[in-house]
Amino acid sequence: MSTIAALGALESGLVFALVAFGVFMSFRILEFPDLTVDGSFPLGAAVSAILIVSGVNPWLATFAAFFAGTLAGMVTAFMNTKLGILNLLASILTMIALYSVNLRIMGKPNIALLGETTVLTSTESWGVPYYVATPIAFSVVVLVVFFFLLKFLNSQKGLAMRATGANARMASAQGINTDRMIILGMAISNGLVGLAGSLFAQSQGSADITMGVGVIVIGLASVIGGEAIISPKTMFLALLGCVVGSILYRFAIALALNADFIGLKAQDLNLITAVLVAFAIVAPKFKANISSRISRGKNR
Amino acid sequence: MICLEDIHVTFNEGTPLETRAVRGISLSISKGEFVTVIGSNGSGKSTLLNTLSGEVFPSYGSITIGDIDVTRWSVAQRAKLIARVFQDPLAGSCENLTIEENMALAWYRGQKTGFAAALNDTNREVFKKQLARLGLGLENRLRDKMGLLSGGQRQAISLLMSALQPAKILLLDEHTAALDPKTAAFVLDLTCQIIDENKLTALMVTHSMQQALEVGTRTIMLHEGKIVFDVQGEERAGLTVVDLLDLFKKNQEGEELSDDSLLLG
Repeated sequence: MSTIAALGALESGLVFALVAFGVFMSFRILEFPDLTVDGSFPLGAAVSAILIVSGVNPWLATFAAFFAGTLAGMVTAFMNTKLGILNLLASILTMIALYSVNLRIMGKPNIALLGETTVLTSTESWGVPYYVATPIAFSVVVLVVFFFLLKFLNSQKGLAMRATGANARMASAQGINTDRMIILGMAISNGLVGLAGSLFAQSQGSADITMGVGVIVIGLASVIGGEAIISPKTMFLALLGCVVGSILYRFAIALALNADFIGLKAQDLNLITAVLVAFAIVAPKFKANISSRISRGKNR
Repeated sequence: MICLEDIHVTFNEGTPLETRAVRGISLSISKGEFVTVIGSNGSGKSTLLNTLSGEVFPSYGSITIGDIDVTRWSVAQRAKLIARVFQDPLAGSCENLTIEENMALAWYRGQKTGFAAALNDTNREVFKKQLARLGLGLENRLRDKMGLLSGGQRQAISLLMSALQPAKILLLDEHTAALDPKTAAFVLDLTCQIIDENKLTALMVTHSMQQALEVGTRTIMLHEGKIVFDVQGEERAGLTVVDLLDLFKKNQEGEELSDDSLLLG
């Protein structure tokens, strides 16, 4: 693998670490199987792209993408908590609806951002090539989000949110408004995914209506893979797992596609993803199985 | 303190599955009373407790606590007045959270919460002191996951949690039923201590007539969604399980109580 390919893998690994944070919030903290992300990722891209080509400040455009994501998450949470629609179904409905919304926002299926002023334009003055500067810039973003998310999850409100996902009946008996917690958590989750979509579009140079397909699977792959590597005993380790999982996932994909002797091509991407996710889910069981056999062997 | 007025609860109203779980219960409990509630399966005792906690809304009637009408309040809203220990030891705490995190949830029960750290030196110190009184060594395991503890340990912690915030009312739903006899006795003892210390008004549902008479200041018995008798003070002091059965028979015009578990418990 060339240096540029490795840095490219790191770059998308960092963007998708934000997606992994979002998926971690919904799937793990709230136990809410949320497919909205497949729609909120391109939503973030679409909102920031249209604002950037209209001449809006790129930082403002990126913030708008985050905000749009939070709205998408709130719609899903609202349908689930207030209208009583099954969580998975509510998220699918939002996802489907967002496809139309995204087309409306962009006015066409694709917006090119080449030559526009994006948040990454300022990195040009750093005097390093873009493929080095972008991963550095994204690391800063991931670090900042990591810090705030960790603070939040260990705060009073964050603890209430974790209780809501872990045991909703107990949470309400402790005076926690579980509906409000689900709405807040889903807003943060999809806000982060919207932010990721915006950054992805700006680094790739375009926003595309199809760029959300499979984002949920990549996010899940990162979360589950991260858990297989770092056991999430504390919130710090769980969030670290999301970042590590996401970056390793990208490297695994890059390696698989670069290893000529296997004969895999770009079109095999989704197949590799599915295999990796299945492997990450099964791996911990194998690990436990093998270690229990070893210890049994010792006792004999 | 607590006043239930002509409470009716009907499940699946207007369908073939209609069940009238509670059929007109009026009950007034004064401050500091410890009421034990007995009754056979399906007598409506759990429904009565759930109506008080807000998990079930009555189809008719009103509930006032203090001077406040709470009939339409949600569970979360009532949490500042009511603490609760569930029958299932797994239901009262989060197994994926640590002991200290679980206790922190109770620490903020009914309080306004913000973005400050949930755990700090002040509340950790209180949690340690409270856990130490159990004599189970749990004060050194604050960061262990709740799921690692036994049912009895979890139930004991749930009780401690119920007293971390000054609630007015404690609801206990057969909270010793899932425990072995020795642990059940330990938890029951702790219950009485906590009620005594915090001057709580308590309602304890139990399956055991023996237990119902041993603890508390007043005993009520439910049957088919109605109160069949209500004893307290001197009248209650000398009662035995056999007297309770007679009392039931007298009030039910000769109908025998057929639920073995009530007699054996």
